[in-house]
Amino acid sequence: MSYLRGFYLLLAVALLLPIAFPGSYYVTVVGVTAALNAILAVSLNLLMGYAGQISLGHAGFFGVGAYASAILTTRYGWNPWPAIVAGMAATGVIAFTLARPILRLKGHYLAMATLGMGIIINIVLVQAGSFTGGPDGLGGIPTLSLFGWRVNSDLRWYIVIVSVLLVVVWISLNIINSRSGRALRALHGSEVAAEMMGIDTGATKTQVFVLAALIASLAGSLFAYQQAFVSPDSFSFFFSIELVTMVVLGGMASTYGAILGAVILTFLPELLVVFEDYEVMIFGAILMLMMIFLPQGLFVGLQGLVRRVLRAKQGSERGAA
Amino acid sequence: MLDQILQFLLTGVTVGATYALVALGFAIIYNASDVVNFAQGEFVMLGAMSTIALSAGDQGLPLWLAAICAVLLVILVGMLLQRFAIAPARGASVVTTIIITIGASIFLRGVALLLWGKDIFGMPHFSGEEPIQIGEATILPQNIWVMGGAALLVLGVHYFFNHTLNGKSILACSCNRTAANLVGINVGMMMLIAYGLSALLGSLAGILVAPITFTSYDAGVMLGLKGFSAAILGGMGNPMGAVAGGLLLGLIESLAAGLISSGYKDAIGFVILLLVLFFRPSGIFGKASAERV
Repeated sequence: MSYLRGFYLLLAVALLLPIAFPGSYYVTVVGVTAALNAILAVSLNLLMGYAGQISLGHAGFFGVGAYASAILTTRYGWNPWPAIVAGMAATGVIAFTLARPILRLKGHYLAMATLGMGIIINIVLVQAGSFTGGPDGLGGIPTLSLFGWRVNSDLRWYIVIVSVLLVVVWISLNIINSRSGRALRALHGSEVAAEMMGIDTGATKTQVFVLAALIASLAGSLFAYQQAFVSPDSFSFFFSIELVTMVVLGGMASTYGAILGAVILTFLPELLVVFEDYEVMIFGAILMLMMIFLPQGLFVGLQGLVRRVLRAKQGSERGAA
Repeated sequence: MLDQILQFLLTGVTVGATYALVALGFAIIYNASDVVNFAQGEFVMLGAMSTIALSAGDQGLPLWLAAICAVLLVILVGMLLQRFAIAPARGASVVTTIIITIGASIFLRGVALLLWGKDIFGMPHFSGEEPIQIGEATILPQNIWVMGGAALLVLGVHYFFNHTLNGKSILACSCNRTAANLVGINVGMMMLIAYGLSALLGSLAGILVAPITFTSYDAGVMLGLKGFSAAILGGMGNPMGAVAGGLLLGLIESLAAGLISSGYKDAIGFVILLLVLFFRPSGIFGKASAERV
């Protein structure tokens, strides 16, 4: 399958990295965070990049998943696995209820509504202290184990989270190349035109919204088990914005673009630490410059650049001959 | 009970007046250039912070002079933002411009962090801190400064857009850029004026409210969000709708904090905003738009 070529490349890179750099902090610690962010970015890209529905509240669903797992395992003694499922079910119900009225909105109004939704979820996490531990967060979350194989080292977490990422990427690629993927893209182009072609835009938007929320919830649960601690700060409005930035920075409507965006945005602060006090300023400047000069995103922009260079080369060779 | 409500209303109008000014800034930039400027809150923060910095110490300027210099400085920042960040990205998608302005706001916050650190700063009240009694409720003279200042600015903006040539030219640009250009309007100049005006409103809002709320390098974030909410509540692109949205949001929050729970006041504000949008998808005063295929 030609559309899976990139997927095999990703698989190879994911396998080779820990072998090439064993025990490297950048692979098994920052890399895991990058992979987790990539899961979120790929799910958000389904909604934003393909269906064209901006969401500034994705971190909210991430938070619901994380807190569902954290609360069920620490306060009610659940096994981590059913807690993940319960978290996804809760997120699914919330997303499904909100999808219709929210996705009826367009453009800036949609941005505002999703932003509000994310902030409301975050405020509830902070305020419902008796359940969520309030601003201090919840600790002592148990780790996952699979048939006695406890996920208790950085390398094992790398294996689990990168595997989930690969599955999510595979699902995303398959959806995009399916009938519903084409429906999504049609509705991105023009909602009215898509309806004329017989696409139930309301149902299509709801489906992709719920799917993106479910994936975010799963990522949230994994995050909670990996960190063994959750606090509302991880699910704030800033993180929603960061996720949108990953998608846009990498290049909208490109699954690999979303991954690239997630990797860059996770590693950039790590690399900018050397600038100390100037870190925040430089981060903002880089963000601005990249968007000004590559408005279509890095992945798409670089692809175009490579193509142009190749074409120019071919042209000059032909000219010489 | 009634006195309490009066008190909440007075506080709400003060907060709402600040939101209204920020929202008005959003609306002006949105009208002129179709950009939602997420750096709007940073104008507010920069206005207050640079006034404090300029008036600090024995060598500092008097407060009024520091405020004027700060406003001019922020106007310059707004114009630079337009010239070097927004103008080069012309034709980019809505989301791309949103990320550019978010980048700008992070950049400005970074600059503020570098210059002034993470401390929280206060500003002296303009005319004393003697509370004024209104019935059973009290307000500070600074509250009157905020409400009066906001009212004057809103009237000024209204006059500018309806009765001056530059104001009308900006409106013409927002209706149709090419046509405006064809009739001899300097579109680039008008954009600079719009961003400058928006920066002026933001910085003045910051200076007026700083004595009550204090300020710090990250004070702009929440104000920016509230301003955006207010602009949406009123109907994006409708300046007077934005002002009404700001006042309404301020009142809702103040009443929610007083009567229900201060922890949930922001959440209640957003819930009401969502409900409004569910029933009126283009805000209270916004016009429904049709999609062109």
